[in-house]
Amino acid sequence: MASLKDLRNRISSVKNTQKITKAMQMVAAAKLRRAQESAEAARPYAERMDQVLANLSNAMRGRADAAPLLIGTGKREVHLLIVATADRGLCGGFNSSIARMARDRANALLSQGKQVKILCVGKKGADVLKRQFGHLMLEVIELKEVKVLNFEVASRIARQVLALFEEGAFDVATLFYGAFESIISQVPVQSQLIPAILTEQDGKNAGTDLGGAAYEYEPDEKDILEDLLPRNLAVQIFKALLENAASEQGARMSAMDSATRNAGEMIDKLTIVYNRSRQAMITRELIEIISGAEAV
Amino acid sequence: MADRLQFEFVSPEHQIMSGQVLSVTVPGTEGMFGVLAGHAPVMSSLRPGMVDIEQESGEHVRVFIRGGFAEVNASGLIVLAEETIREEDLNAGMLDQQITDLREDVADAKDETSRQKAQETLDHLLEIRAAFSS
Repeated sequence: MASLKDLRNRISSVKNTQKITKAMQMVAAAKLRRAQESAEAARPYAERMDQVLANLSNAMRGRADAAPLLIGTGKREVHLLIVATADRGLCGGFNSSIARMARDRANALLSQGKQVKILCVGKKGADVLKRQFGHLMLEVIELKEVKVLNFEVASRIARQVLALFEEGAFDVATLFYGAFESIISQVPVQSQLIPAILTEQDGKNAGTDLGGAAYEYEPDEKDILEDLLPRNLAVQIFKALLENAASEQGARMSAMDSATRNAGEMIDKLTIVYNRSRQAMITRELIEIISGAEAV
Repeated sequence: MADRLQFEFVSPEHQIMSGQVLSVTVPGTEGMFGVLAGHAPVMSSLRPGMVDIEQESGEHVRVFIRGGFAEVNASGLIVLAEETIREEDLNAGMLDQQITDLREDVADAKDETSRQKAQETLDHLLEIRAAFSS
């Protein structure tokens, strides 16, 4: 049985922990709002980009000289997995669920005899994947020094991926990240970046109806597409990073919320134990005094 | 009353403008072109330059873009800009910075076509810079 002093110490240490988790929750809530705002601000551009690309690729359909970024290299041998996670932990299952998804995919590809390369954005995913796939890891990009997640960050990563693609280092690139559904729900998703899968494939974005008129292209559609596809890559990565940032804060917020609640419960329980043993001690002392007095 | 043009102006980081305007002049790669309501469908990449927006009030708003893409279709004009600076925020220092960056790009270019592209962009920027200081 722990002494009263031990119990007191434990209660105060749990209280301190609760203060920290509470503060972290509030910080995450504030950051979440900002991350959500910037994710929303970026949405129109990505939507427009999708639309324009869908129109363009309709025009390019069936042309053999389409850019390899759009139709691929013709092989599906070497796969590049870009795994975007957070740089910091303490955000529930956020990092591990993305890493797990990437790991499953990598294992599936390896068992099919394909080659796998991994590029990690964010330290936590790399920590998890390093154990099993350390030899496949190309690089780990940390975003710790990045204060504001702007487009420049995303296009730097995109340039890196493009350079690899031009070297012929891979055939298919897939991006893993946590999609932000709501504060309590973040789902890990994978989306194929190269060759580009455009939304027209799900049928809802089959290009704008021009009422019979045809687009004029300046310069021709091939040049425009070649200009636009690398930019689309950057936009996709940017969108994923923003979603990821919002998801991370959302996950941290709910993780810290339940941690705060658990700490509260623990304090209640410990306080009951503390009071009981204090009362037991008083009772025992009283009994000792009374029986001592009776003996006299 | 003149017809209005539906105009969407977005950059990766935010939506700059969305609404009805009278006309917009954009710096296409193959020359500036003006867009009014009912323009024929066009897709064009853009070079660095000024986007000139004539608002319904007749006022002009000018925004500097560092390249991008424009699409005109029946529903209006969409400009996807890479980086935007409002005219009033634009200063010589910013332009000089971009020019230095581009000079590096030209020097670093791996093949002939990408160097040529960077060089063209650089030339346009130098023109803008010259116009700006005069």
